[in-house]
Amino acid sequence: MKVWKLKADKLLLVAVSAFAFLLLAIPIFVLVVSGLGSRAWEGLPESSSILTATLLSFASTLAVVCLAALLGTPLAYVLSRFEFTGKRIVSLFIELPIVMPPAVAGLALLITFGRRGFIGAGLAEAGIVIPFTILAVIIAQFFISAPFYIRSAQVGFSSVSAEVEDAARVDGAYGWQMFWYITLPIAWRALASGMILCWARAVGEFGATILFAGNLQGRTQTMPLLVYSVFERDISAAIWTGLILIVLALAALFVSQWFAATQDRLD
Amino acid sequence: MPIGPCLRSACVVAALALSMISTHGQQKRTLTIYAATSLTDAFENLAAAFRENHPDTEIVLNFASSSKLAAQLLAGAPADIFASANSAQMDLVVADGRIREGAVKSFAANRLVLIVPADNPADISGIEDLGSKRLLLVLAVTGTPIRDYTNVMLNSYNDEFGDDFAKRALENLVSEESNVRQVVARIALGEADAGIVYQTDVTDEIRDQVIRFPIADRHNQIASYPVAALDDSALPELSEAFIVYLRSVDGQSILGSFGFCAPPKEPDEPAAEPTSATVQDKLNNDETGVAPCEGLEAEG
Repeated sequence: MKVWKLKADKLLLVAVSAFAFLLLAIPIFVLVVSGLGSRAWEGLPESSSILTATLLSFASTLAVVCLAALLGTPLAYVLSRFEFTGKRIVSLFIELPIVMPPAVAGLALLITFGRRGFIGAGLAEAGIVIPFTILAVIIAQFFISAPFYIRSAQVGFSSVSAEVEDAARVDGAYGWQMFWYITLPIAWRALASGMILCWARAVGEFGATILFAGNLQGRTQTMPLLVYSVFERDISAAIWTGLILIVLALAALFVSQWFAATQDRLD
Repeated sequence: MPIGPCLRSACVVAALALSMISTHGQQKRTLTIYAATSLTDAFENLAAAFRENHPDTEIVLNFASSSKLAAQLLAGAPADIFASANSAQMDLVVADGRIREGAVKSFAANRLVLIVPADNPADISGIEDLGSKRLLLVLAVTGTPIRDYTNVMLNSYNDEFGDDFAKRALENLVSEESNVRQVVARIALGEADAGIVYQTDVTDEIRDQVIRFPIADRHNQIASYPVAALDDSALPELSEAFIVYLRSVDGQSILGSFGFCAPPKEPDEPAAEPTSATVQDKLNNDETGVAPCEGLEAEG
């Protein structure tokens, strides 16, 4: 009787797992098959919009990753090394964009940096209008994706033990020197993995971008915006852009997991 | 709390919620209506009024640009009624076979209007400025009915303001919004300088936030709204009842109160079915008090 129950339990476990897996895998599978099956690439030469959107996505996300590295690295280091009052609140604000709806983020950006916004109104006086420009795309993508880098870098810096840095200090390494020659060489895989996740999230950013930056081919239309804008009249362009995005996402997952795995082995 | 019991109670709550939804569905008939974004306020009102006479009916309204709705219907999305802002998107669904051609009836009309933020940051005084000034123009995305009407309207000004007027105007385009209400939102927020929307999109809530510039009748486009029941609707009688109501005196006066004009006369409209003959008579009798769009200058 007990054996039978165990078997039934196991069967249920396998059945539910298989169902869950199929739920996640089938839509991707269907998209890939229909993209290849409909020979969508034959309609591609006319769809210059795909090329424009791809270039725009690459340009903006490159800027986002650079900004994240430039601004996020010091912040991650501070969070991993120093204790201060309000640190939990700072951490909370950094993690919030990861879970908040991107459309809400877009709205927040619009009423902050928009032409009538809290900061944007002053900028508009000076002749700087951010919405409807690639700068708005970069800000929206940065807002949503930089937390992925900061979190990962913070974990990476925390994995550099205090003893190692103390030993380096005994040997006379200070400040920048210690960061460049000791901390960075140990933590770089976590930083690289975070950078890739940040990049992948930025490439996929949709809600904040369309709300804050608007949607125009060659100006603010990134790849996800293209998918949304054309799926009803140019399904092959939408599917192909979708396929490119899936391939990019897969590549990003592989590389970031590889970095994380080699970092683990190092630890 | 260990994860097991926690998960179990979460499942119980989810199952309970699901069962509540489904038993709800058994008691009430749910009519799913896909309607163009510009119909939002009017249809919310119409649905509430329709339910007063059909208390056992639940109405689910799905608003999006007509082109998005047509794409969803072509992909097999379940719906009972489709109300489009132009015939092009309706024709796609008819060609797909989900709607019979004879089932399509027009029920309202609309017109375009130029709107700018209340403080008019680009100092616009009319359509001509769209092609002669540097400004931030926002339109709905290509493929939506409002954009099709807008393109025709802009091109019709070419003989008045120069051959490349429409082209010059579109060079000012900074964003293509997914539906017409998002164009309105951009203008009401003051983020863009000018937008082209339907006259009905300037609702009471935002009337103070925008300035409207009428578009001359000879250039303006009459947007005609067709409606039809889906052939595979599980509630054909109820769907038909809603469409009859939409075209009745009561339905028309609600549409009129939201700024819609009477539908254009269709000489080649197929003979009205017996059930809707009275409605057809009433429509032709102009008892609805809703004026046609032609020859009616938009108020400034």
